[in-house]
Amino acid sequence: MTERAFQHPGINLAHAREEDHLHAEVTVFGFWVFLMSDAIIFAVLFATYASMTTRTNGGPTGAEVFQLSNAFIETLVLLFSSFAFGMASVALRESRVPTIYRWMGASLLLGLGFLGLELRELTGLIASGASPQVSGFLSSFFLLVSTHGLHVLAGSVWIVVMMVQIAVLGLRREVRSLLLRLGLFWQFLDLIWIVIFSVVYLPGVAQ
Amino acid sequence: MFGELSLDALPLYSPIAAAGAGFIVLGGLVVVALITWLRAWRYLWSEWLTSVDHKRIGIMYVTLALVMLLRGFVDALMMRVQQATALNTQGYLAPDHFEQIFSSHGTIMIFFMAMPFLIGLMNFVVPLQIGARDVAFPLLNAIGLWLTAAGAALVMVSVVIGTFSTGGCSGYPPYTELGYSPGVGVDYWIMALAISGIGSTVSGINFIVTIYKLRAPGMKLMDMPLFCWTSLCTSLLIIFALPPLTVAVTMLALDRYLGMHFFTADGGGNLMNYANLFWLFGHPEVYILVLPAFGVFSEVIPTFSRKRLFGYTVLVYATMSIAVLSFMVWLHHFFTMGASADVNAFFGVTTMLIAVPTGVKVYDWMLAMFRGRLTFATPMLWSIAFITFVIGGMTGVILAIPPVDFVFHNTLFLIAHFHNMLIPGSLFGFFAGYTFWFPKAFGFPLDEKWGRRAVAFWVSGFYLAFMPLYVLGFLGMPRRTAYYDDPAWQAYLIVAACGALFILCGLASQVIQLVVSIRHRHRTTDFAGDPWDGRSLEWTTSSPPPEYNFAVQPVVHSRDAFTAMKAEGTAYRPPGVYEPIEMPRNSITGLAIGAASFVFGFAVVWHIWWLALLGLVAIIGTIIARSFATTTNKLISSAEIEARERLWLVTVAEEREVVLQ
Amino acid sequence: MSDPWTGASTRIHRPQPSADATRERRGYIRGFGLALLLTAGSFGLVAFAHLPVAVLLPALGILALAQIVVHFRYFLDIDLSRSKREDLQLIQFSSLLILIMVGGSLWILYDLDQRMMS
Repeated sequence: MTERAFQHPGINLAHAREEDHLHAEVTVFGFWVFLMSDAIIFAVLFATYASMTTRTNGGPTGAEVFQLSNAFIETLVLLFSSFAFGMASVALRESRVPTIYRWMGASLLLGLGFLGLELRELTGLIASGASPQVSGFLSSFFLLVSTHGLHVLAGSVWIVVMMVQIAVLGLRREVRSLLLRLGLFWQFLDLIWIVIFSVVYLPGVAQ
Repeated sequence: MFGELSLDALPLYSPIAAAGAGFIVLGGLVVVALITWLRAWRYLWSEWLTSVDHKRIGIMYVTLALVMLLRGFVDALMMRVQQATALNTQGYLAPDHFEQIFSSHGTIMIFFMAMPFLIGLMNFVVPLQIGARDVAFPLLNAIGLWLTAAGAALVMVSVVIGTFSTGGCSGYPPYTELGYSPGVGVDYWIMALAISGIGSTVSGINFIVTIYKLRAPGMKLMDMPLFCWTSLCTSLLIIFALPPLTVAVTMLALDRYLGMHFFTADGGGNLMNYANLFWLFGHPEVYILVLPAFGVFSEVIPTFSRKRLFGYTVLVYATMSIAVLSFMVWLHHFFTMGASADVNAFFGVTTMLIAVPTGVKVYDWMLAMFRGRLTFATPMLWSIAFITFVIGGMTGVILAIPPVDFVFHNTLFLIAHFHNMLIPGSLFGFFAGYTFWFPKAFGFPLDEKWGRRAVAFWVSGFYLAFMPLYVLGFLGMPRRTAYYDDPAWQAYLIVAACGALFILCGLASQVIQLVVSIRHRHRTTDFAGDPWDGRSLEWTTSSPPPEYNFAVQPVVHSRDAFTAMKAEGTAYRPPGVYEPIEMPRNSITGLAIGAASFVFGFAVVWHIWWLALLGLVAIIGTIIARSFATTTNKLISSAEIEARERLWLVTVAEEREVVLQ
Repeated sequence: MSDPWTGASTRIHRPQPSADATRERRGYIRGFGLALLLTAGSFGLVAFAHLPVAVLLPALGILALAQIVVHFRYFLDIDLSRSKREDLQLIQFSSLLILIMVGGSLWILYDLDQRMMS
């Protein structure tokens, strides 16, 4: 298995030794396994949400609490953030540290912006009386969206840690491999968000 | 400052509960005193607690499992005694205490006995069998161990401080919601499951990657020993089945702590979703528990029949079909909870389907013994005792018929059925593995005589304890009954209690076996490391194996790699030169994360929010700090390796000479 | 001897523009463009089209699926090439299980709702 060409992008190990290939291959594969386990968590949350859309307990329905414009802005911010991290990955392949910082900083800011928008949306809902304690529907909505939000928060912390690591440790192989995994994580979160707006916001507004 | 924690939390509500708490505290103190007296703290710290060696971690997992087995068995014995005596009286246990006991029995046996046992066996065996030096992520492995231990510790602490859940091992709401279970019991249960669940998930990830990526050169997937196959399937089940449990207990916690409405009877909650999510986890969990045991049988039976495993390919495909099918049957746990006939019929049929690959496996093992040269060592005896599993399999197919399930559901018939699956199916398999690989782990075998006694007591005890429960199921006795007024039940319950006493003798035999074996170890030392004429790579190293497992990575060309090497005469051949080997350094990270998780869980249970925050910050801080560590590996010099290997090869040569004479 | 898990190489600090990077950058830009289009499509359907729900929901589903494929292809770099078989198999197996779990849960829960709430 070590003699195969290196499988994952964003990490230039062309001159590296076999053990390094194996190391990166092993860690990235392990991270994929983790992501799939995480995907099941989201799948179960989606199933719960979908089974609870009608359980509003006399409280507000989806059409009453979701704002299309806000969801659209959140979507765009997260998509731009995803793209920025993609550019950071390309810069990583070329080992251009200032460019990496620039794009990672951009995705961090956009990620934090997304969190701010989401926080504003959720606190606004609670203030207007649509809190998660009102109905099963709102409980499942808040849990689904805030689980995603917590992932974005974790990813943001991770980006900060990685920016420090690049400064302290340089682009050593371990840092590169961690950056690769962070990239997967960040793109994965955008992927989950696609399902969130397609399952939660858009049908909610349409009904 | 201390949230809801006060002196009222001490278990002074009943003398029996207080005695139990005293026993646990005393047991802890004795262990601490013993370690101090032996001056073993430093050794324990540097060789075990901070170790990231998969063999050490595996042994610690199994130790945890055995300790929790004793605790869970005490619960079982208490329940049997209660039910044997509680005709027309309350018995010696208060109903609330009885409920705590059956809840903790189930929780402990599944999550803190069976899970650590199988993950421990996988840890010890899988890297050795695939010719690897360690698992893919050694540190993550230690983290998994200490998270599991933190969960187990929470369950143990609940006996001393506060109470445990009274909601059974499945914790169905709305009973477990705050309105009906206002105490801390359910919170303990939630935190213990959530924390150990994360531990199991990281172990699952670790083994999938290890088996996929770290196999010895030349070893194709279809060359792996069957135990590795079942470990792979179990790991896949773990990473896909644990998330629904995590989600279910998180939602229950949100209902209890923040007043949300996931499973409440009012407020638009849907308590059926809990049953759905819990069994979405719960059914694959059954196969998580049983597949590794199937793997052990597939290793033990050919070894003691001196034959190749019959139908290797079929066994692999049967294992894979079981793994996939196990995700398609979960509704059979709640046939009676209102689903329409179509739904029940679908899940009834899929449940019956799963009996097919399982039946195929049983035939494979029987044919593996057929015309073999059988030796009846203890591991083989445990494997033969497994055949009792077939009775459980057949009662399972009975229960898979929805109309019949309506009659039997929630009776002792069900209890008899799943104990019939899990004791002969899983536990006997784990015991077989424990006796089979014990000499590999420690360099001396377990005592045969006491091993045979343990098998005899366990098997007879099992029949005595559980066959009456099938009858009681027919008589309509509900499960979890604290006391009753039907005299027809009592005779059977007394027989069952006698069965529990037989099992007690079995457990005692195993404790004696361990003591006797340790005392006789100088006479029985087997450093050469192939006591059973083994077939796979774990027997190609010394017992106990060196930290680096293999001085030179083995090259594999076929199944039963070691048998092939012995036949070709390439076994025990020293290499020309020994290369230095890199191994991971010990790390405190796992222990620190486990300890912080325990603090976090305990603080959340008692609403001590500052402490919970502290625990959380400690966990995250440890992870971040660790990511900056640069010297995580050490180098074992070639001289050191050469010295050790030479010593071992001399021992091997001496023993083989003895055999030749 | 530097160890393979942490070994720092001096070489990698030098910028290395490469054809690979250019191709990759183009991939991200293409994926980004496609994702933007599909997102705009989804939101546009709801905001402007006023379709009946029976048409709208499947349409949103198809658009979401297309966007997921785009993400996997361009951002997560998973495609049908041989070298990524293990990742791909893992994703396919996970998708199967997600289908079973979500589909099964919804079937069970809607069936129960039908029988108990109506």
